[in-house]
Amino acid sequence: MSFEPRILGILCNWCSYAGADLAGTSRIHYPPNIRIIRVMCSARVDPTFVVKALVSGADGVLICGCHPGDCHYSEGNYKTMRRIPLLKKVLTDLGVEDDRVRLEWISASEGQRFADIVKDMTERIRALGPSRISAELNVDPREK
Amino acid sequence: MAAKKLQIALYWGAACGGCDVAVLDTNEFILDVAALADIRLWPIAVDGKYEDVEAMADGELDLTFFNGAVRNSENEHLAKLLRRKSKLLVAFGSCAHMGGIPGLANLTNREAIFSSIYLQNPSIEPGNKKIPHPETCLDDHVLELPQFYKRVYKLADIVPVDYFLPGCPPAPEQVKLSILALAGGKLPSKGSTIGAAERNVCDDCQRSKSEKKIKRFYRPYEIIQDPEKCLLEQGIVCMGPVTRSGCGVRCPESGMGCRGCYGPAPDVLDQGTKFISALGAIIDSKDPKEIAAIISGLPDLTSTLYRFGLPASFLQRSLKS
Repeated sequence: MSFEPRILGILCNWCSYAGADLAGTSRIHYPPNIRIIRVMCSARVDPTFVVKALVSGADGVLICGCHPGDCHYSEGNYKTMRRIPLLKKVLTDLGVEDDRVRLEWISASEGQRFADIVKDMTERIRALGPSRISAELNVDPREK
Repeated sequence: MAAKKLQIALYWGAACGGCDVAVLDTNEFILDVAALADIRLWPIAVDGKYEDVEAMADGELDLTFFNGAVRNSENEHLAKLLRRKSKLLVAFGSCAHMGGIPGLANLTNREAIFSSIYLQNPSIEPGNKKIPHPETCLDDHVLELPQFYKRVYKLADIVPVDYFLPGCPPAPEQVKLSILALAGGKLPSKGSTIGAAERNVCDDCQRSKSEKKIKRFYRPYEIIQDPEKCLLEQGIVCMGPVTRSGCGVRCPESGMGCRGCYGPAPDVLDQGTKFISALGAIIDSKDPKEIAAIISGLPDLTSTLYRFGLPASFLQRSLKS
């Protein structure tokens, strides 16, 4: 059976979720590989959530927030802008491929952009193959 | 009235010996322990052979303090043996609790470790480059060494653990109080963290705290510290916000950022990612390029975040193996 990536999307309520909604109401086609969780702000995304998603079997995590300067809470997305590069540094050290975690800014009017990003991310992760993170957690490699 | 003495054991897995020293650092209290208990096994301080432990009835020991991580088959064998022989098993110190400093070996792999120790090490004579194997035949004898595992484990990965006593090493006062509590039969619920607080280090730190905004990180030698002010506000990495207290705030009070040895604060699931969350909130920049420059001032970020707990984190180890 061919591999279908499972991607978790965590989208802010004010811009990105509305953008994803616009993609839907505009009937723009994009891959069904993404499962979306709505949060009030991208700053709500504790990096722990991203790592927990990866160990729980997600092949990729997409975090979307308002464009810089547009945050409904003025500064929330700037915190995300600092957190995700820090998290990526750690993930790189631990051998997790860079494309598995992605941060994008999507406004409420950017339905097409949302669809394009999901499509691009799905293809990149399809090329990477399934994540080994959760599978190898359960293997006991003490011997050999 | 001569009550039956408490039967205890202290053992070290992959450890440095500092935890055993922390027990000895209770000073004259150690004499009370000797009066209160029979120490049946304590490799660093008293006699006692593995065979003696194997000969015991199951549950014969009242209490075992196990320090050190599980790195090889000997550590695992003793962890399982002592679990069987002990009514209570305590993961003592950061290594048993979370993998500790040896757990940082999970950033690399066994082949790389053996290569740097046994093949690349400049002090090895050229004709003597050998990687040890678990079994070696010599004349008619088979010589055995413990099997070195691919990864480092925390004690609870191998056997059920009753209590966790954190710290690198645990503060002697906490060791003393914990021994007295356990010897006195004051048992908290199974799986509890003992000898520590239900607060984070900042709650107990006396330094003044205001709004945190930092433009660059400093290593302790790069800055003249304000002794009254929060270290994090001065740009010195301090894991206090995400770390459990109970240590007595020893590091921040002597001018070093908290290194996180008491493990995640209550309700923190992953010390490293939670600290990333905190850092993201206090770095003072809205420009991706400047943010990248500020972040590059954090050398070896992963080891800093998981200095004592990589095997206990969500990801546990590097995939590069």
